[in-house]
Amino acid sequence: MAEPIPSILDADALAAAERGQWRLVLRRFLRHRLAVASLVLFLLVIVFAFIGPLVWKWDHLLHREIPSLASPSADHPFGTTRAGNDVLAQVMRGTQQSLKVALTVAVLATGIGSVWGAVAGFYRGWIDTLMMRIVDVIFVIPFLAVAASLSGAVRGGVTWFHIAVILGLVGWMGTARVVRAMVLSVREQEFIEAARAVGASDPRIIFRHLVPNTTGVIIVAATLEVATAILAEAGLSFVGLGIQPPDTSLGLLISSATSAAFTRPWLFYFPGVFIIVICLTVNFIGDGLRDALDPRQTMVRR
Amino acid sequence: MSELAVPPVLSARNLVKHFPVRGRGMLRRKVGEVHAVCDVSLDIRAEETLALVGESGCGKSTTARLLLNLIRPTAGEVRYRGRDITRLSRRKMRPLRRDLQLVFQDPYASLDPRMTVFEIIAEPLRVHGQFPYGGREAVRELMATVGLDPEHRNRYPHEFSGGQRQRVGVARALALRPKVLILDEPVSALDVSIQAGVINLLEDLQEELGLAYLFVSHDLSVVRHIADRVAVMYLGKIVEVGDVGSVFEAPAHPYTQALLSAIPVPDPRRERRRRRVILAGDVPSAVEPPSGCRFRTRCPKFENELSTIRRRRCIDEVPELKYRYSGTEVACHYAAVSTVL
Amino acid sequence: MTFDTDGPEPPGDGTVLDVAGLTVAFPGDAGLVRAVRGVTYRVHRGESVGIVGESGSGKSVTSLAAMGLLPRTARTGGSVRLLGQEMLGLGDAGLSALRGNKIAMIFQDPLTSLNPVYTIGQQLAEAVLVHNDVGRDAARERAVELLGVVGIPNPRRQIDAYPHELSGGMRQRVVIAIAMANDPDIIIADEPTTALDVTVQAQVLEALETARAATGAALVLITHDLGVIAGHVDRVVVMYAGKMVEGGDVDEIFYAPRMPYTLGLLGSLPRLDRARDHRLTPILGAPPSMVTLPPGCPFAPRCPMAETRCREEEPELRPVDGGPRTAACHFAERLAGVAPSDLFAPVAADPGAPQSTREGT
Repeated sequence: MAEPIPSILDADALAAAERGQWRLVLRRFLRHRLAVASLVLFLLVIVFAFIGPLVWKWDHLLHREIPSLASPSADHPFGTTRAGNDVLAQVMRGTQQSLKVALTVAVLATGIGSVWGAVAGFYRGWIDTLMMRIVDVIFVIPFLAVAASLSGAVRGGVTWFHIAVILGLVGWMGTARVVRAMVLSVREQEFIEAARAVGASDPRIIFRHLVPNTTGVIIVAATLEVATAILAEAGLSFVGLGIQPPDTSLGLLISSATSAAFTRPWLFYFPGVFIIVICLTVNFIGDGLRDALDPRQTMVRR
Repeated sequence: MSELAVPPVLSARNLVKHFPVRGRGMLRRKVGEVHAVCDVSLDIRAEETLALVGESGCGKSTTARLLLNLIRPTAGEVRYRGRDITRLSRRKMRPLRRDLQLVFQDPYASLDPRMTVFEIIAEPLRVHGQFPYGGREAVRELMATVGLDPEHRNRYPHEFSGGQRQRVGVARALALRPKVLILDEPVSALDVSIQAGVINLLEDLQEELGLAYLFVSHDLSVVRHIADRVAVMYLGKIVEVGDVGSVFEAPAHPYTQALLSAIPVPDPRRERRRRRVILAGDVPSAVEPPSGCRFRTRCPKFENELSTIRRRRCIDEVPELKYRYSGTEVACHYAAVSTVL
Repeated sequence: MTFDTDGPEPPGDGTVLDVAGLTVAFPGDAGLVRAVRGVTYRVHRGESVGIVGESGSGKSVTSLAAMGLLPRTARTGGSVRLLGQEMLGLGDAGLSALRGNKIAMIFQDPLTSLNPVYTIGQQLAEAVLVHNDVGRDAARERAVELLGVVGIPNPRRQIDAYPHELSGGMRQRVVIAIAMANDPDIIIADEPTTALDVTVQAQVLEALETARAATGAALVLITHDLGVIAGHVDRVVVMYAGKMVEGGDVDEIFYAPRMPYTLGLLGSLPRLDRARDHRLTPILGAPPSMVTLPPGCPFAPRCPMAETRCREEEPELRPVDGGPRTAACHFAERLAGVAPSDLFAPVAADPGAPQSTREGT
């Protein structure tokens, strides 16, 4: 073979083939009907939360023109609150804030948790013992106390980002535990020893071999993280440590409407439905992703 | 002897490896030691295949990993081209990794299921910073060398048959142009019709690339076919070593004889005529190996032929590996040739 | 005598096990997995038959079907008669009466056939008691005796050991002892020594021979190891891609195979008793998928002798060389006097396509 030309051709061919692989992942994902439906729904929720406020005639704040405690109508499809907010606008804003918090928490907690767990599981011995004892200790620290002291330390009021960082910093231990457990079994496989035998460095083994082989549990942990973050944020808001009025979040909306669940159902059920939809769709998308990213899946269901 | 004229590429001197046995509970106190490898010395010469044979738990795989410096020996040294590598740091060891490579037994577990075959074969090149210099082309050539179609490089391991996967493992090991390949049961997991192709490949590669092989195996038929010299291990010790012809035709250690006689031959008439040496009992625990000769608890010679006085020596004195008339080195006080095939 | 394919006859001619036209299929995600596509053989009293084949050839499924141990989803066809009684479709109660009593099975992994919470003595005595009307003490005595027969040292002491306290070889001998507890008429051994070291394999095979001598049972020995087959059976069934492709006396199969696959297997074997003076001749490619079998002979894609006819028409198992030996090859007669190296090339490459083709939808 002549040297220069084939190598260029080869690079092109390879790039094409790599694209082909992503197409394959996409194809496997598309075969997962529930995941695809969830993705569509989830995208709709995002459009609703981020584009909605731009086009809807009301914002989430108080307006004197809004009647108090109106039932859903053409003017206010989700009804109104006692004080005079448009619930649709509130749900839009709340969904937006909750999504921002939840996704940031998921990224942060999953990132810290997977690296922490992978490192502990990879090195074992005293490093593992020390790292996992730290996890145990963080687990038993009441997270409300941490959140309270941290949010107290934030000057100029708490924003969604502060909440997300706080929740992320206290919420990664579960991920760390499951990733470590998985890594403990993966590290015993021969391909890890094979990587060592060619002289691969520890970071390479951890990030190139161990973490990709735990994507299944990482994705599951991340989807759970989204759900717990939304609920934890609601809890924080409820005790006055989270997002505060006049801003709002789904959790805040629900917690302020619990007493009205039977008398003014729109105040309670609209944000509730959104929480459920977000949690479920993220979960199913996670399932689909996990299967699509696993190359062995081709074998199982052809 | 002409053998002595060629200096070994890789050699082990008095290798010892003990693994701690830990108790349960928080402290995991050490409660004993597995004597996995005990005073093993061997030489691997260029363009030669040395087979290391023995049954499970005899320490052959541990020896292979000690030779690669993947685990640290308790005592003894491993010399690569005259240089002791057992004390080298990981960084100093890394350039030597290029020369010493390993092929694994299980072609399913030894390839990362999340990587394409291209990435698997390219990994050694990337690790050693050689990938930017014609890495893609090198991977294609490697695939062709081991008899795979380079067009299949973007497939994942599970899409290949066992034999093809093992070829991927060989290609990965060859990527850095090693001098020594350590093959740990490379064909044991394969069906016979597939295994033959991999054996042929290994033979061809040795000839073309001038590789030295350490061929770790429990399958003596394969060893007879592929090896030049063979070392037989039992419970962490080499009991007999010599060139293949001598060891197979004129084994002098009772264990070698029992091992060879136990292996069935695919030849019905011959099988009907053969006399089997059936060993009594099981291999003793490596935590507390027998004193003196480690094989004495199962040795048919000890049991049936030796007088009480002569047995004393087997119990008290560890037999040294010594040259015998048969052309093999034997670790037995009462070695005597017996043909068992 | 042996490999005739006529319908079942009443035993009386000494037939213990009569497998005729057996087919087994499992419904899978990808379609029907046709694991066994036609196996016919007969085992006579006291005889030993070897079933040899590589992984996925259907050799184990064949014996599971004979024991009535297939999962419920399996679809079976043909017939398996034990002492004249049809085993396929027999209910659990009917099978239990036969298992252990008339037919015993030994698996590759003895741990799966022994219950970890009972001592081996209890399990042996249990096996004796199920089919015999004797007292507990007598059963225990018989258990000790059986352990001695299979070569377990100090049986009186070992009888109270739990399975996990024994080595793999010892466990397999206990399984053999249990198998012979009721003087079965036939023992089916499925890769009984595959997980064991060679010296232990020799011990276990000897125990199996002893058990056979003591009970007069016939033996079906299923293994991938042609060496084990050579030394322990009278007749051989060769399986490939779920079908029996050759059958005959052990000497015929080893010294004059009439099916290219058998010849190829023999040519790929490295030999303990031959110096390094020859090249091995591998069989190129891999066995076909049992879901999407191509038409014609399943071995045709790997067969150097294959012609157009082989790719179109699947050869029937038929008598060759005037019978009783059989082979499933259109050109079986051409193999007379052919050595493996005459037909197969001593190649090293294996550039065949990866096994799983890309998914369709």
